[in-house]
Amino acid sequence: MFELLKTFFQIGLFTIGGGYAMIPLIERKVVDEKRWVSEQELLDLIAVAQSCPGIFAVNLSIFIGLKQRGKTGALVSAIGTCLPSFLCILAIALVFQQFRENVYVEHFFHGIRPAVVALIALPVFRMAKSAKINRYNIWIPLVAAFLIWMLGVSPIFVVLAAGVSGYVYGKYLKDDFVNS
Amino acid sequence: MILLLLQLFWTFFLIGLFGFGGGYAMLSMIQGEVVGHYHWMTMGQFTDIVAVSQSTPGPIGINSATYVGYTALVNAGYSPAWGIMGSFLATFAVVLPSFILMLLISKFLLKYRNHPSVENVFSGLRPAVVGLLLAAALLLMNRENFSSLSENPWRFCLSIFLFLFAFIGQKVYRLGPILIILLCGFAGIILGL
Repeated sequence: MFELLKTFFQIGLFTIGGGYAMIPLIERKVVDEKRWVSEQELLDLIAVAQSCPGIFAVNLSIFIGLKQRGKTGALVSAIGTCLPSFLCILAIALVFQQFRENVYVEHFFHGIRPAVVALIALPVFRMAKSAKINRYNIWIPLVAAFLIWMLGVSPIFVVLAAGVSGYVYGKYLKDDFVNS
Repeated sequence: MILLLLQLFWTFFLIGLFGFGGGYAMLSMIQGEVVGHYHWMTMGQFTDIVAVSQSTPGPIGINSATYVGYTALVNAGYSPAWGIMGSFLATFAVVLPSFILMLLISKFLLKYRNHPSVENVFSGLRPAVVGLLLAAALLLMNRENFSSLSENPWRFCLSIFLFLFAFIGQKVYRLGPILIILLCGFAGIILGL
């Protein structure tokens, strides 16, 4: 049990920049070193964790913990993955609180902000490729973005509506189009 | 206070429950709820949180939930100790749906992930998530993050330059996000942004 906590704590601690950066480390720790799951099982778990809502790395750790030690194992693994984030961010938040009025800190963050916008803008193109956006479905992201950006619709609602529409379209409409 | 904590919990529970499409899509949801809907912080503060979340260890979703929980309480005038309570609550709430879903349906998912209905749902979800990211980027391009020509032309022009630098630096030269963030931060200090 302690092994689960330690392993996922390490995985949480040594991955910077998001869930997918964790995959190689998870593979090495969980498949090669601990042999908790096989390579093929891990690939299946990754596929499922990707199609589940929530945080990818947490989903994966819950899966592996569940498989290894049942519910308690899942809980311990999830805590292990979250703990490094939690401690680092709290430390930064508490320190930042003291220096918020500092003029250099202010300049630093003024410099960072445009860069952050660029770092958020870039994955749009990468994800457009992996979501197979083409001239027939490009209206979907454009309408979604317009609803959120201009009309202030909640992104949660947009995701829900898109999922339901995809289901309805695929189940009831697509075949009719093909048949007619 | 109780109301704020409850709202925080509920918001992050929903984000955990419907957060399809990875960390950046979740950021878009957090932005929508926390800045757009509840006004717990300004867009500038949210941008700073994203910067810190990207350059510290751990998944972006967890990092930003922790930081947003803290900031929401402190912004509302409560002590840092309550801020810690807020970050715990937000983190717990965003993970809870994963936990429940995994316990209930992980076996089901392994079996049915290639089922046509699941495929249909994702055929709608995937393109929409691209739109979520696009909206997040557009919403971040505001006066607070870039200043404006009339307000502070120097900062506005430099912000545009740093934006292009970060964009090209990552896209063309494959610089890491942390390096880009640090470079732009120090450029901000040196140039007195």
